Order: sequence, then C-alpha cells, then structure tokens
Amino acid sequence: MAVDPIHQFKIIDLFPVAKIGNTEIMFTNSAAYMLAAVLGVTIFLVGATAGRGLVPSRLQSAAEVVYEFVATTVRSTAGAEGMRFFPFVFTIFMFVLTLNMIGLIPYSFTVTSHIIITAALALTVFFTVLIYGLIRHGFHFFNLFVPKGVPIYILPLIVAIEILSFVSRPISHSVRLFANMLAGHITLQVFASFIILLGTGLGVLGWIGGVLPFAMIVILFALETLVAFLQAYVFAILTCIYLNDAIHPGH
Amino acid sequence: MSDGTRGTSDRNEPPDDEAALSARLQRLGTRLAQANRQSENGSGPRSTAGTSAIARGFRLSTELVAGVLVGAVIGWLLDRWLGISPWGLIVFLLLGFAAGVLNVMRAAGIVRERNLND
Repeated sequence: MAVDPIHQFKIIDLFPVAKIGNTEIMFTNSAAYMLAAVLGVTIFLVGATAGRGLVPSRLQSAAEVVYEFVATTVRSTAGAEGMRFFPFVFTIFMFVLTLNMIGLIPYSFTVTSHIIITAALALTVFFTVLIYGLIRHGFHFFNLFVPKGVPIYILPLIVAIEILSFVSRPISHSVRLFANMLAGHITLQVFASFIILLGTGLGVLGWIGGVLPFAMIVILFALETLVAFLQAYVFAILTCIYLNDAIHPGH
Repeated sequence: MSDGTRGTSDRNEPPDDEAALSARLQRLGTRLAQANRQSENGSGPRSTAGTSAIARGFRLSTELVAGVLVGAVIGWLLDRWLGISPWGLIVFLLLGFAAGVLNVMRAAGIVRERNLND
C-alpha cells in the first residue's frame, strides 16, 4: 500500500443519499471534503466580517487581503464591469484554494485531483460565458469568432479555428488544475515510498539513506504549496479572462 | 492700512482661490479618471511574471493539446455521423492544431487577445 501512489485518490462511498432509477447516489469522501471546504470558507468569512471594525482584527484583515487580491485580479483582467462577476470568481477561487490546501494535509484527500471536479467547474465557467454573452449581446456575441481586418477569402478558415479555440478552453482550463494536483501528489507519494523501501530493504543503512528522499519531500512540499496556491490563482484569472469575452466581445 | 488691504484682498481673492481650487480639482479628477481607466481596461500586457516557469510551460502545453484534442473529437464525431471517414478527422485535426497554436500564441501573449474594442 505504501508503494501504491494512486491509492490516495480512491473514492470511498460513505453513505447513500438518494436513489435515481437503479443508480445509488452516494455521499463520498470527495463530497465530504468539498462540504468541509465550503464550511471552512463560510466560517472564515462570516467570522471575519462579524466584527467589522474600522481597525480590522487579524481575521478581518486576512479576509480583506483575500478580497483585495481577487478584486484586483477581476478589475485588471475583466475591467470594472467584470466586478458583477466578482462573487462568482471569488467563490471559485476560495473553493479551489481551500480544496488544494486541504489536500496538502497528510492522509487527506485531494478533491481537485479528480478531473470530474475541475471539468465541472470549467464547464460552469464556459456555459456562464456562453449564456451571459448571448443574453447580453445577442447575436452580436458571435462576433467574438470574427476578427476584424481579415480578408474575406480566409475568413471561414479563421472562424472555424476561432470556434475550435473557444471550444477547447474548458479542456485546458480543467486539465491544468487537475494534472498539476495529481502529478504533485503522486510525486510526493513516490518519494515517500522510497524511504519505506530503503528502510525495509537495507535495514539501518537504508533508514540513514532515507534522509535523502526525505529532504526531497520537504523541498517538494514547499513547491506543492506554491503550486496549490498558484493553480487556484490561475484558475481564477482564466475565469476572468473568459468572462471578459462575455462582457466585451470584439466588434 | 493693513486692515484695509486685507479687507480688499479678502473681498477679491476668495473667488480667485475658489476658481483656482476648482480648476485644480477638475484637473485632478480628469487625471484620476484617466489613471482609473488605464488600470481598469487592462489593455496592457497581462503580467505573468509571478508565475513560475514550470507553470507557464505547463499552461502552454495544455493549450496546444486541448486544441488538437477538440479538433480530433469533432472530426471523429463528424466521421461517425456523416460517414465521411477519414475526411472529417483529417480536416478537423488540422484545424484543431491551428486552434491549438492560436491558443498557445494567445497564452504566450504573442497575439493580442481577441477583444479588439476600447
């Protein structure tokens, strides 16, 4: 078990929730961690804004830093109008960041290392862009696929390429987060199993040699913490960039 | 005498001061608006200096793969539905590759983002 790096991503059914047809809907460990993340974020933000002092408390200033961070990201990528999507982007950012960070705790489960979760988030963003763009701009929204100043004889080709580029967004959007988390956690597990293998294989000499992979784990863990934050940020900033297209499609 | 001059200056200067002040306020207002507009539109290059090189490399590679993948899936589905195998796959793989390259160039900031307004 110690040498099986995939074991940590196993979905475990905890208890059944509902039954649709012949399919049992189970409450899994993944759902439990998501619920924990939502509760954690809610408690943090409600607790931080409960006091609302002019001189902020420690918790309040932490919440303010997060708010400012996300607000600056939204304003700089989607403009002032993008701020109407601030709650959406903030929710996604906090959710992904919290899940990534919880995943770093040893023996815990990393929800974002499952592509179904990241794909669901990315598709939510994709359809939000599509539906909001169509409601807001109507048919005008499709000008997104028609760049200006292109000669008419290569326009069909360009439009086809633009549409494919647009459709491929949720894939790169979701795969990036999922693959980063998956690869990072597998790497950590593999290096950790080296220690066990060395120790059981070579005895005392092995345990001494195990210091090397252990040092590697410490370094990798720092890197993974950075990646966990960075990927949440990248996910949020890409959401903003895509929303920007819904708000201002080229004309 | 000093009282008299102050009296006249009091009478004369406040409008001047106010005019100067309002003019300065207006100038400040326009400059602030300009600065805000610049920062809000964010039409300048998006700074990617914060991201590490590995993240950047990973982002670019997924962009390319995603384009090719979407092209392949669409081509394959068209082949199945219309029975035109292998033309759908050939055409859409090429288009998908082009879309992937476009994605990469957009992500790398070589090509301008698509919003051409402002």
